[in-house]
Amino acid sequence: MKIAVCVSHVPDTATKIKIGSAEKIIDPAGVTYIINPYDEFAVEEALKLKEKFGGDSEVTAVSVGNDANKETIRKALAMGVDKGILLKTDVETDSYFVASALSGELKSGGYDLILFGKQSVDFDNSITGQLTAEMLGYNCISVVVLLNIDGNKITAEREIEGGREVISTELPAVITAQKGLNEPRYASLKGIMAAKKKVIEEKVLTDIQNKTEILKLRLPSPKNPGRIIGTDKSAVPELVRLLREEAKVI
Amino acid sequence: MPKKILIFIEQRENKLKKTSYETATVAHSIASALGYETEAVVIGGEIENINTIQSYGLNKIVHFKNSDLINYSSSAYKNIVSGYAKETGAEYVIFPNSSLGKDLAPLVSVNLNAGIIMDIIDFTINDNTITLTRPVYAGKALMDVKFNSDVKVFTLRPNVFKPVSSDSSTEIEIRNVDNPNLTNRVTESKKSEGKLDVAEADIIVSGGRGMKGPENFHLIEELADALGAAVGASRAVVDAGWRPHREQVGQTGKTVSPSLYVACGISGAIQHLAGMSSAKYIVAINKDKDSPIFNIADYGIAGDIFEILPAFTEEVRKLKA
Repeated sequence: MKIAVCVSHVPDTATKIKIGSAEKIIDPAGVTYIINPYDEFAVEEALKLKEKFGGDSEVTAVSVGNDANKETIRKALAMGVDKGILLKTDVETDSYFVASALSGELKSGGYDLILFGKQSVDFDNSITGQLTAEMLGYNCISVVVLLNIDGNKITAEREIEGGREVISTELPAVITAQKGLNEPRYASLKGIMAAKKKVIEEKVLTDIQNKTEILKLRLPSPKNPGRIIGTDKSAVPELVRLLREEAKVI
Repeated sequence: MPKKILIFIEQRENKLKKTSYETATVAHSIASALGYETEAVVIGGEIENINTIQSYGLNKIVHFKNSDLINYSSSAYKNIVSGYAKETGAEYVIFPNSSLGKDLAPLVSVNLNAGIIMDIIDFTINDNTITLTRPVYAGKALMDVKFNSDVKVFTLRPNVFKPVSSDSSTEIEIRNVDNPNLTNRVTESKKSEGKLDVAEADIIVSGGRGMKGPENFHLIEELADALGAAVGASRAVVDAGWRPHREQVGQTGKTVSPSLYVACGISGAIQHLAGMSSAKYIVAINKDKDSPIFNIADYGIAGDIFEILPAFTEEVRKLKA
């Protein structure tokens, strides 16, 4: 089975966001970048499928971005992915750009399955997998928490409001991974050493356009400081009164 | 012919979802500003409450009907919505930012060669150009975005836009769908045991590590029950296996915008605050008065959760009795 896993390089979730000077991106000073947490579930699932299907199964990690993204590709290689591809660009990209770049690269590769995290934790769009699938003409199942592949038949469960849906479709397909799909493995020391010898192929992107434009990035207006209305249960009647009469929410 | 705004309205089990009225209201307001017309697509079998959307200012509703389409099928739905958008020459196509909308909107946008912007919480129109606002970094920042494409697809965050009905009554056209493409489809729906989902709930009662153990979450459930609220959880308690991941609120869980968020025994890690700080009102109950949660709470009680929660539940029950 030939599998691609698309990985994104994002600020650590503990990052306190500061707005950059051009007011279009965050100030990167002091920010630690990591592999997108949801992409770790995608990498783990790719490795489990490779182990299951064996033979000449191969997993390729692909990322769109600048040289810094190599760090995230290396993380996937250290977990056990076979090789990496960096689709290089220095411009700010929207999801359409990223999906166009990925589908352009992946269309001739004969991939049976392409895995993504369900969203990246920076722009939270949750669409790059679906866009890529549609550009490739692949079937797509998003927000997957359970995946079964039998021959070319896929059965998956995806998370929805208040429950799950069981979906049936066929390979080739794109799957986007939700937390709960699996438990990502840690990269072993051996894996980290092996990753240094694995190849990251670099290709420079040209002629791709964004279809949206960021006008301004800003911080939400700070909430007014609230009040502590008590320290024990005697404050409860006042709390309920405020919720009813002042906030009018109950 | 006036230009068109097309909306997708969602049914579940043949009933229109609440977001449908919100989407219709936003479409009507944009159409009024731009001098456009609005149309809606709904896909399903016999939709029980379809007439309730007739008074939300839409110019036309097209019901694509087939009993095999009661359940979602991305392959069939994308063909129908993209096909109708092309037929009408719609410039805007708007979806709810629901699990279905998030799955479907990008597929449609590729078919229409359209730019796509997700999870809109606000918009402005100047000189016939629309600027959309969306939260990024789980709400730690806001981004104003515009389109650079002829056709424009976007999704609206549920619970943010207030539905406003009008006096109009819209014609509903029914089109029977023959042989829908069902290569990708839902074969079964499983409801979770919990009553309400945090992503849709208007009130959320959430528990954190201060609850001390999964056996104490009945206190959260009882208060949620009294308030008609959904139960939420912090990442720490989900990672510890006390609560299922579907309840997790925060940067690697769900980002929520309820009217009321009650944080119990949650100190307020930055990832958690990001996911819930856009709630209209926040109540914090926590022993440590220096917890960061109190910096964003409207009302706080800095005391023993195990004493305060039962009293809170009792007081709400009295009020509702």
